[in-house]
Amino acid sequence: MNLAKRRVAKLKLSLIILFFILIIWSASKQTGVSLVELFSNLSNMGALLVQMFPPDWSYFNYVTSAMLETIRMAVLGTTFGGIAAIPFALFASRNIVKTGWIAVPFRFVMNLIRTIPELLLAALFVPIFGIGFVSGIFALAVFSFGVIAKLAYESIEAIDNGPLEAMTAVGANKVQWIFLGVIPQVVAPYMSYFLYCFEINVRAATILGYVGAGGIGLYLSRTLGFLQYDRVMSIILYTFVVVLIIDGLSNRIREKLI
Amino acid sequence: MEKVIEFKNVSKTYPDGTQGLKHVNLSIEKGEFVVIVGLSGAGKSTLLRSINRLNEITEGEIVIKGNSITKAKGKQLLRMRRDIGMIFQNFNLVKRSSVLKNVLSGRVGYHSTLRTILGLWPKPDVALALSALDRVNIKEKAYSRADELSGGQQQRVSIARALAQEATIILADEPVASLDPVTTVQVLDDLQHVNQELGITTVVNLHSVDLAKKYATRIIGIRAGEVVFDGPVDEAVDKTFDQIYQRSGKEQGAEASGL
Repeated sequence: MNLAKRRVAKLKLSLIILFFILIIWSASKQTGVSLVELFSNLSNMGALLVQMFPPDWSYFNYVTSAMLETIRMAVLGTTFGGIAAIPFALFASRNIVKTGWIAVPFRFVMNLIRTIPELLLAALFVPIFGIGFVSGIFALAVFSFGVIAKLAYESIEAIDNGPLEAMTAVGANKVQWIFLGVIPQVVAPYMSYFLYCFEINVRAATILGYVGAGGIGLYLSRTLGFLQYDRVMSIILYTFVVVLIIDGLSNRIREKLI
Repeated sequence: MEKVIEFKNVSKTYPDGTQGLKHVNLSIEKGEFVVIVGLSGAGKSTLLRSINRLNEITEGEIVIKGNSITKAKGKQLLRMRRDIGMIFQNFNLVKRSSVLKNVLSGRVGYHSTLRTILGLWPKPDVALALSALDRVNIKEKAYSRADELSGGQQQRVSIARALAQEATIILADEPVASLDPVTTVQVLDDLQHVNQELGITTVVNLHSVDLAKKYATRIIGIRAGEVVFDGPVDEAVDKTFDQIYQRSGKEQGAEASGL
């Protein structure tokens, strides 16, 4: 009896392992991944790296305005998206809006928007708003909205109900109830999500230029196209430093908030 | 005497069919310090919270100073709640806000929505809030964050909030259940002073028979949603409490001394 059980368990495990091997094998077959090719072409990778060094130092100066535009896009996109997220987050929270079905459409819109990656959003907005940073800002705004609204409504639903009850008891109307009972409890987590989203947006904004949505990505795609690998390296280093500084600052502030 | 709170044949049936309150008839007069005693689950909280309609009743009517709160709607209900302060077991302060802001939140019913959400409290309101804090002896904590205070201090802040409300009735739902014996006495002393000096009608739910005897001017005993005792404190003898708590004399002594 016990032996039979153990045998079944063993069989199950080997089947699961076999299944995973099959998935990985078929996926690599379909996409044409080959370890042999990876190793036989290592020398090409080396050649590319050689071309990247030394980076074109003078190019830093040239792309600084594009880098600043990238950061501005992230700032504006996060701000617009973050502000638009506030009413949605409130309406999607079941402890704020007691009528159950009202939250459903708000959650549906939020979930729908979160399924679209920011690069796709940018590609959609470029034909609408034209090539340039405006499309990028809209793409980042919509993306930020999705992220912040979701995280904010989850933290609203987790707030302490006590102060809300106290606000009801003192005779506060619904607006006062939200501003004096709910908002003070969620300001800190909201700001933290806002900064977190800003970090993501700075990184995302660096590649939005690929689809024509402004920022430093345009220069990245251009220099790659012209095989100017020393300049590519400059852009990569520049982006690396900027992202590192912004992440560091934002993390420092977020620690203080909580 | 002026009737402040009246229960007229009040019943509460929960959706699952359990009866929280059964045909309760009470009238509480101005300036009384009423303590409601009873076992957990007997309906003390339901009774107290139905006074300002944090709980809805399913039958009967509750009348506050001649006006039915049961029938009140919209603004009228908010106005009636404004005049009733409430103290909770878990203090229910906004922990991240300052003590002063918490006390001022009691003033929301007196000003426009815009003014209150922007925090533009008029000077007399701030003065009133500070004097309310002074009355409960924690004025120096006005600008501390609420979560920096001890439990006893937080409960005094919530008393100050009720005072800032200029409430004529204070309801306290197990106000000392999460406090130690020393702060328990301080908080109940505060409530008693407020009751005696300002004439605020006070209704308190308490677990402890000893405390009920010490502070109440009148005791109401609740058992299984029914009022089984209602009278001045000197009429409430040990036998009365046995009846409320459904037990023999020996056990009663043990629990009464154990707060």
